[in-house]
Amino acid sequence: MEAKTKDLWVFVETNEDGTAKNVGIELLTPGKDMAAKQGGALVAVVIGNNVDEAVKAASEHGADKVIVVEGPEYAHYTTDAYAIALVALVEKYGPTSMLIGATNNGRDLGPRVSCRLHTGLTADCTALDIDEESGNVAWTRPAFGGNLMATILCPDHRPQIGTVRPGVFKKSDAGEAKAEIIKEDIHVDAKDIRTQVLELIKEAGGESVDLEGAEIIVSGGRGVGGPEGFEPVKALADALGATVGASRAAVDAGWIAHAHQVGQTGKTVGPKLYIACGISGAIQHVAGMSSSDCIVAINKDPEAPIFDIADYGVVGNLFEVLPVLTEEIKKARA
Amino acid sequence: MNMLVCVKQVPDTTEIKIDPVKNTLIREGVPSIVNPFDGYALEAAARIKDADPSAKIVVLSMGPEQAKAALKECLAIAADKAYLVSGRAFGGSDTLATSYIISEAVKKVEEIEGKFDVIFCGKQAIDGDTAQVGPELAEHLGYPQVTYGLEAEVDGDTIKVKKEVEDGVEVIAAKMPAVVTFTKPAWDPRYPTIKRKMAANRAEIPVLGEDAFPEIDTTRIGLKGSPTHVKKTFVPQKKTGGVKIKEETAEESAKKLFQLLSDASII
Amino acid sequence: MNFHFNQEEQDVLDMLHDFCLKEVAPIAAEIDETERFPEETWHKLADMGMMGIAYPEEYGGAGMSYLTYIGACEELAKHCATTSVMVSAHSSLCCWPIAEYGTEEQKQKYLTKLASGEWLGAFGLTEPGAGTDAAMQKTVAEDKGDHWLLNGSKIFITNAGFAQVFIVMAMTDKSLGTKGISAFIVEKGTPGFSIGAHEKKMGIRGSSTCELIFEDCKIPKENLLGGLGKGFKVAMTTLDGGRIGIGAQALGIAQAAIDATVKYTSERVQFGKRISQFQNTQFQLADMQAKVDAARLLVYRAAQAKQDHEPYSHLAAMGKLYASEAASDVTRRCLQLIGGYGYTREYPFERFMRDAKITEIYEGTSEVQRMVISGWMGVK
Repeated sequence: MEAKTKDLWVFVETNEDGTAKNVGIELLTPGKDMAAKQGGALVAVVIGNNVDEAVKAASEHGADKVIVVEGPEYAHYTTDAYAIALVALVEKYGPTSMLIGATNNGRDLGPRVSCRLHTGLTADCTALDIDEESGNVAWTRPAFGGNLMATILCPDHRPQIGTVRPGVFKKSDAGEAKAEIIKEDIHVDAKDIRTQVLELIKEAGGESVDLEGAEIIVSGGRGVGGPEGFEPVKALADALGATVGASRAAVDAGWIAHAHQVGQTGKTVGPKLYIACGISGAIQHVAGMSSSDCIVAINKDPEAPIFDIADYGVVGNLFEVLPVLTEEIKKARA
Repeated sequence: MNMLVCVKQVPDTTEIKIDPVKNTLIREGVPSIVNPFDGYALEAAARIKDADPSAKIVVLSMGPEQAKAALKECLAIAADKAYLVSGRAFGGSDTLATSYIISEAVKKVEEIEGKFDVIFCGKQAIDGDTAQVGPELAEHLGYPQVTYGLEAEVDGDTIKVKKEVEDGVEVIAAKMPAVVTFTKPAWDPRYPTIKRKMAANRAEIPVLGEDAFPEIDTTRIGLKGSPTHVKKTFVPQKKTGGVKIKEETAEESAKKLFQLLSDASII
Repeated sequence: MNFHFNQEEQDVLDMLHDFCLKEVAPIAAEIDETERFPEETWHKLADMGMMGIAYPEEYGGAGMSYLTYIGACEELAKHCATTSVMVSAHSSLCCWPIAEYGTEEQKQKYLTKLASGEWLGAFGLTEPGAGTDAAMQKTVAEDKGDHWLLNGSKIFITNAGFAQVFIVMAMTDKSLGTKGISAFIVEKGTPGFSIGAHEKKMGIRGSSTCELIFEDCKIPKENLLGGLGKGFKVAMTTLDGGRIGIGAQALGIAQAAIDATVKYTSERVQFGKRISQFQNTQFQLADMQAKVDAARLLVYRAAQAKQDHEPYSHLAAMGKLYASEAASDVTRRCLQLIGGYGYTREYPFERFMRDAKITEIYEGTSEVQRMVISGWMGVK
């Protein structure tokens, strides 16, 4: 389709309580710049049920306009309902580009929507720019497990769509909420929603593992040696209020659930602080955490590749280092 | 129960190394494997077949002639039939064009194998990592989709999928026909058996070339039919300049780390 | 002369190689350390069809060549010698005599379950007083009309703790010497049959090696294997084949030691050089590889002869003699090249050395092999 405007859209995914997921708000930061370069407005799109909080957040973090679609059918994410609503909005307003957070839902929705609109989608971007020659969005993403980066353009189809990894961009400081709020009344028939959630089984232990939203992650790898080796990792995470992550080696060995896995076959994360304990730093792991603001590595092998990307690298036995570090933090925070 | 599993032959990205001088990917000598996520999809289908031996598993791949090796691997593990989609005109396709071609191929294969109740895919291929072809295939076919599946079971005319979500596992029911994409489950896929391997070696794999699709829209396939284009590729730069801490004792190292992190207001 | 595996054979070995990397190698050190029998590996190998590679499909096997089976024993041993002998004791020493000497009923009843891997098999010849002198069998089987009554004991029986089927030799007529020995198929759980304690061994420590005890154990008449008085022949021909599997096991252990040594010496630096840059390392490893390849040709030649139904008893003896001594020599020299780290249990070198030693002992000591070879030569 043809673009009707030069606007850039950010799809702001919501939580079930009506708040915005971090990544949607993060994407308003590059969105602002890109919209300016494209000569259009920055528009946040919020779909959900009772999403005032999310609308407010989008407005406070730089959106010029917020388009809101609300209804009980959007309370829980479904591919069908969200795709119908988002496609209807795009067809009505014709934005030139659209950013979607590369969460599980974003990666579920993006291709469905781009395919219905017969346009291009670039998945899992880690850098965004406007190509100077053509004025198109230059979407940069990792491939081959992070061994290679590719910059991709979508020159002849609109909107150009990309999903962007959480944690790559930072939220701007909240300002005054002055966006124009546009409410759209779009409803989806129950019969058009072809999937149904039968039950939700929370992870054993009742705690949810929100790696993508975590500010601090403490991860364990092969070096922890066994399930009990995660104890000092967890203790440090508790002291820091952090989420526990893991490398594929630790997950494959059965020491911790897959939900904790960071890396190519797990979650992509971008916390403020990432502490890698006994993780060698295979490229597949690094691909999932290299955009962290600060990386600390603790490993007894001084040659471990993790030290190549670490801001602070401690060469030492994690079972000796972690308890001392944990104690120091507890003392400082007492 | 008639199941289609879509598989891709990919380079084993864990074996890929960077040429330190030219700073490019070394692709020579990297073994080709069945995309691991597609292996999980095949295992999910095989488990359904374990419960219902009358079920049929067909595998489909798009790629060069060599991709037959990946299909044979699937036959050796659990698949009953295999088809390869291969043609020059299909080369250079992005995910939208690829999924369109596969959707057309699904219709062709259904003329021989009958209508598929479910189409299983890996959540993404480990070379491209896009996770787009599955949902796009579902869209082309007009089927519902469930992504990030861990396990699936058939319940009447619905497929019940355990789906990985941020805070646990959701059980989702989708009306069949449906597309389900799979991520890594807690268990390992089965190994091939000698008997199946020998039979797979002898199996003839039909190739669906361009001529098999007289009515395909040629403006929607190949490089020209792809909305996205790769402008450039490059090897990511390594971060340098980190602080290495190695004091006399681990305790001193830990204290120094704490001090540095505190000083930098990181903790 | 062609000792290449054909494409099908190579495919099976490649499959097994992938399996070993994921399932066998990662637990090799652990099962050695804890003396744990790798029961799960047995079941996984069974699922793949690897427990009866060379037996006909109609009896539950995979219908592949004998050479494939020998290649498989070698491949398994490269990753874990315990797992290799689990398969070869099962296949060579239990499946084979039933396939060769069994009645159709015995094959249907036992071989189908053994070759498919549903059941594990074992073989009992050695007794406290009858090791190399196997003719001195003290275990007796008395004909009680409608059954045999078995009394005595067997020692050092591989797979004993997990096997469902045992091939057991017993004296049925002492006056006839070796011609008075008969072979029996004994099922686990037969009243009067019990398994003794697990032997604590130097190597192949995960292997289940136990005593078999028979106290008025009633064996059905139809479980006599190969005919009355044919037990010694059953045992000796079975061991002839078993030796090829043990030769292959020795090859695998030796090759694994060489491969690991090449890797280690290419990384470790002493005197400012990688150890692999020293000519001593290069020459030692070259000698070792030549020796192992020579052993491999002997073992494969024996396997080919067996596959072609040619006389192979002396060839098997030569293969096992040379391969097992090569394995002991090579693993010892590899450890020496590694030095202190090689002596620690953090590395597999000391395990290779311990595992290699048994190949010079079981299924006929090196001295027995020399007796077989010199006998064949007519040196009296």
